[in-house]
Amino acid sequence: MLKDITLGQYFPGNTVAHKLDPRTKILLVVLYIVALFCAKSLLTYGLMALCLAVCVRISRVGVKQLVRGLKPVLVIIIFTGILNLFFTPGDRYIFEWGFLHVSDTGLRSAVFMVLRIMLLIMGTFLMTYTTSPISLTDGLERLLNGLKKLHVPVHELAMMMSIALRFIPTLIEETDKIMSAQKARGADFESGNLIQKAKALIPILVPLFISAFRRADELATAMECRCYHGGEGRTKLHVLKYQRRDYIALTAGVLVVTAVLVLRHFGL
Amino acid sequence: MEPILQIKNLTHTYGVGTPFQRSAVEDMTFDVYQGEFLGIIGHTGSGKSTLIQHLNGLLKPTSGQVLLSGKDIWAEPKKIRDVRFRVGLVFQYPEYQLFEETVYKDIAFGPINMGKTGEELDRCIRESARLVGIRDDQLEKSPFELSGGQKRRVALAGVLAMEPEVLILDEPTAGLDPAGRENLMANIRDFHRNRHTTVILVSHSMDEIAQNVDRILVLKSAHVLMSGTPAEVFARADELMTAGLDVPQVTRIAMALKARGLDINPAVYTVDALEQELLALRKGGAAC
Repeated sequence: MLKDITLGQYFPGNTVAHKLDPRTKILLVVLYIVALFCAKSLLTYGLMALCLAVCVRISRVGVKQLVRGLKPVLVIIIFTGILNLFFTPGDRYIFEWGFLHVSDTGLRSAVFMVLRIMLLIMGTFLMTYTTSPISLTDGLERLLNGLKKLHVPVHELAMMMSIALRFIPTLIEETDKIMSAQKARGADFESGNLIQKAKALIPILVPLFISAFRRADELATAMECRCYHGGEGRTKLHVLKYQRRDYIALTAGVLVVTAVLVLRHFGL
Repeated sequence: MEPILQIKNLTHTYGVGTPFQRSAVEDMTFDVYQGEFLGIIGHTGSGKSTLIQHLNGLLKPTSGQVLLSGKDIWAEPKKIRDVRFRVGLVFQYPEYQLFEETVYKDIAFGPINMGKTGEELDRCIRESARLVGIRDDQLEKSPFELSGGQKRRVALAGVLAMEPEVLILDEPTAGLDPAGRENLMANIRDFHRNRHTTVILVSHSMDEIAQNVDRILVLKSAHVLMSGTPAEVFARADELMTAGLDVPQVTRIAMALKARGLDINPAVYTVDALEQELLALRKGGAAC
């Protein structure tokens, strides 16, 4: 059951979307979010949805997988939709029943709000689906390189992030194993009140923490054995380099944002 | 002999409906008899771990049944814990599941979950600790102060203290030194002999299996490849080799001798048996 978590899962592939520089993809997502929040009309929302559809088509990620990413935030989407639908004041009411009334602006903002959240999540998920966590952190490190001048430990942060990402599946597996072992000794995680349930977690948490510390210790030793000493003077095996396709993608992204801003200026 | 566990057409499929769909156990049927010492061997990924987690109801079969004393263990899903008390499972590297402040308390975890109290609880804790060679003065220590081998004994005692009718051990000697390995196996043999408990030993080591068990079950890519006494199984050494499995060292020697033209039964698997074979050969050979 724990293995079903698909938080930012990566689906390997060989499309242009996969081959783009991770920095390009991060920047594109930022541009995409900016454009999404500037969009105000059906036309601009349509444009954003079209952009997403094109990207999905290029990346060959299944629509099913993309929609599955929406599942964890379904509650939030529905909640936002309902709140906007019923509690936005407007000039004209389309529907009234008791204290519930739906105004035309309410309907509009509900639809747009739900659309916005869905597009936002699907867009960011598309990035994590097409970019391996390693290259994502790599890209982030390079993008934030300028902050080093302000003594922000960019390299160390990126290293911590990639180690954390690397160990998520390991720790999930470990938790699964420990749970099975304790269940074999008759541990009961399902029944009982809240306090009993919290107490039932001790036999899982203690071994899990111990093993996490042991792993951290081993990893630190292994890194020292390979002379790791932080980011200072460290070179990379795969140096990120912008290609022609990155420039094309970034130009397209900027054009879309400009288009949305221009349309917004004309009240569309 | 009476079967205590019956496995009928057991199939377990992981990730149904995803591109990663894979059967770890496919249509397995076999019996485990009351009081026997059964060995299960198979290459990595042959389905051993998945199989044994079905025997105490940690995993639910995709299809097929597991019967304990003739009753389907999933007949009443709410009582699955009772099955886990009757079929004790010791995982690989069980020392990583220790969590209590003292060895005594950790061994007590299983029996307390069963509802044992008072003298009965104390008795089964001390008895199982003695069985695996934990001294009384070690019972009040923290399990994390002990050495790796001792931790493993404590974890084993934690399952033995539930006094299960069937004991399943997944690679109990992995990562121990040769002396510790032999020591632990001797404890398990004693336990089996004295309590008449059914023991299932999962192992990679052919020698360990050959020296301890009455019957062997060989798994290959989610299926039962063969089952029988060690003599029967090692007589089919060629098939074992093609399944990517080893044969005991003694068997290898006998096979090599046979290949060099000696008239010898290559299916021997203990040093004593090989000695007998060689002595017989010498007697026969002296004649010509």
